[in-house]
Amino acid sequence: MPLFEEGYQAIQERLHKKEISVSDLVDEAYEKIAAYDCQIGAFLTLNEEDARAVAKTLDEEGYSEEAALFGLPIGIKDNIVTKGLKTTCASRLLENFIPLYDATVISKIKEQKGIIIGKLNMDEFAMGSSNENSGFHVTRNPWDLERVPGGSSGGSAAAVAAGMVPFALGSDTGGSIRQPAAFCGVVGMKPTYGRVSRFGLVAFASSLDQIGPITRTVADNAYLLQAIAGVDPYDSTSADVDVPDYTSALTGDVKGLKIAVPKEYLGEGVDEGVRRAVQNALAQLEALGAAWEEVSLPHSKYAVATYYLLASSEASANLARFDGVRYGVRQEADNLMDMYKKTRSAGFGAEVKRRIMLGTFALSSGYYDAYYKKAQKVRTLIKRDFENVLEKYDVIIGPTTPTPAFKIGEKIDDPLTMYANDILTIPVNLAGVPAISVPCGLSDGLPVGLQIIGKPFDEATVYRVAFAYEQAANWNLTPDLKGVSG
Amino acid sequence: MVARITKEQVEHVADLARLAFTDEEIAVFTKDLGDIIAFAEQLNELDTDGIEETTHVLNIANVMRPDEVRESISREEALLNAPDKRDGQVRVPNILEG
Repeated sequence: MPLFEEGYQAIQERLHKKEISVSDLVDEAYEKIAAYDCQIGAFLTLNEEDARAVAKTLDEEGYSEEAALFGLPIGIKDNIVTKGLKTTCASRLLENFIPLYDATVISKIKEQKGIIIGKLNMDEFAMGSSNENSGFHVTRNPWDLERVPGGSSGGSAAAVAAGMVPFALGSDTGGSIRQPAAFCGVVGMKPTYGRVSRFGLVAFASSLDQIGPITRTVADNAYLLQAIAGVDPYDSTSADVDVPDYTSALTGDVKGLKIAVPKEYLGEGVDEGVRRAVQNALAQLEALGAAWEEVSLPHSKYAVATYYLLASSEASANLARFDGVRYGVRQEADNLMDMYKKTRSAGFGAEVKRRIMLGTFALSSGYYDAYYKKAQKVRTLIKRDFENVLEKYDVIIGPTTPTPAFKIGEKIDDPLTMYANDILTIPVNLAGVPAISVPCGLSDGLPVGLQIIGKPFDEATVYRVAFAYEQAANWNLTPDLKGVSG
Repeated sequence: MVARITKEQVEHVADLARLAFTDEEIAVFTKDLGDIIAFAEQLNELDTDGIEETTHVLNIANVMRPDEVRESISREEALLNAPDKRDGQVRVPNILEG
């Protein structure tokens, strides 16, 4: 079995006993990347020289329990800034950008002696559900190279699924961790808004963005979140709420647990194979002693429209900073205004422009109340739906996505069809609550994700349920990469 | 169906957003934005009178910190990524006519 499939505990135990070295782990990462990434396209930038140097130093120092991430190879979505290592957000506009500082999550990984393997592909500025909006190349799904890996953290999910790294960080604004995790058959957690510092995450929609881990297993996921969570003086929206020991929640015990299943999440538009996989998962949790009931989140159908108005509005403001003055690829012009316009028009891709346009329109004089303010009010109704249900139940469960991974090119020409794919993940961001996607089997040979949604700051219960299910179901989904070569 | 957004509006919004488009692109955006806005208008089915807006999910009030001098990046570092610079400053094209 490849080392990466063994999980953090076994890997670190072997490091401790000197059965393996950190350099062996780094070798495995770059060997897998060399073997598969020409086809899959998960990485944008490799950190090979630095990673090998850090590995050598760690091997000389020897294993330390104090450093929680000691020797663990981690891939980073390319919208999280890494000092001295190119960070592009998969945008042509930033193709030469070298950050001057580390994001807080990166500082934490380095302090705890994790190894940064490289930067992962994504939809440009995290806008998209398929990785087709990358300014550089499309990432392919390791389960079927004709299909998308999901997005926007598609590179992160594909790299973990293909065994190139055992751990990755993604970001989730409307499903961008959970949807690719579901499509690639791995575990992806969007923590509660404020749980993880956003300092150094290039902002898309600041009231919705959250960084989270993508891993092979629930235990690995909980372990990585533990290492990156917590309040941060550099992010005033990070929450000063104690971070419990997530790994102690991984007991396998869900007796007496109350599960809500929203009827809106298994209704029209949900693929039959997905519905069956989720129903089987619920039956399995029932067999473990949990009880589930059908509930309603009545404003679910308004979530996609609400999200696109709010996220695009925030994006139009956040992306104003990309003007070619202080950084980025500038297009020369005779005057400043033309320089701005030429730089932005040449640097941004079609979807980013579409959202900047929508957001600028929704915030413009005469339309602000009708669109932006209205959407903020509907957001309140959606948030209340979750509050009402989570008052009576421990978790909410449904599918992560209505369908398994779709084909490359299938939805790219129709923005509204593409947006609809996020219908089950978007409400969670609007409400700010935590949610995980954990594999719950295959439909026509493609992975299906089970979404478990929890109360604010109760990631522990989400992990408890996800772990109990994962252990009982024992899927161990691994794509067959025999046909994929460098 | 009544056009929800006109070509002229799209041009105006593009100007506000500091984006330049060809005529063809303007035509595409006029359709795309019209479709998205039409879709968004389903929110009007909901009565939101008296509902407060959610700007932020956490009930965070002002977050204060002591006003202390801390380590910061140097001018030299700040200019590392600048496409055009001179004498320790960022250089841009003319901002005034004449």
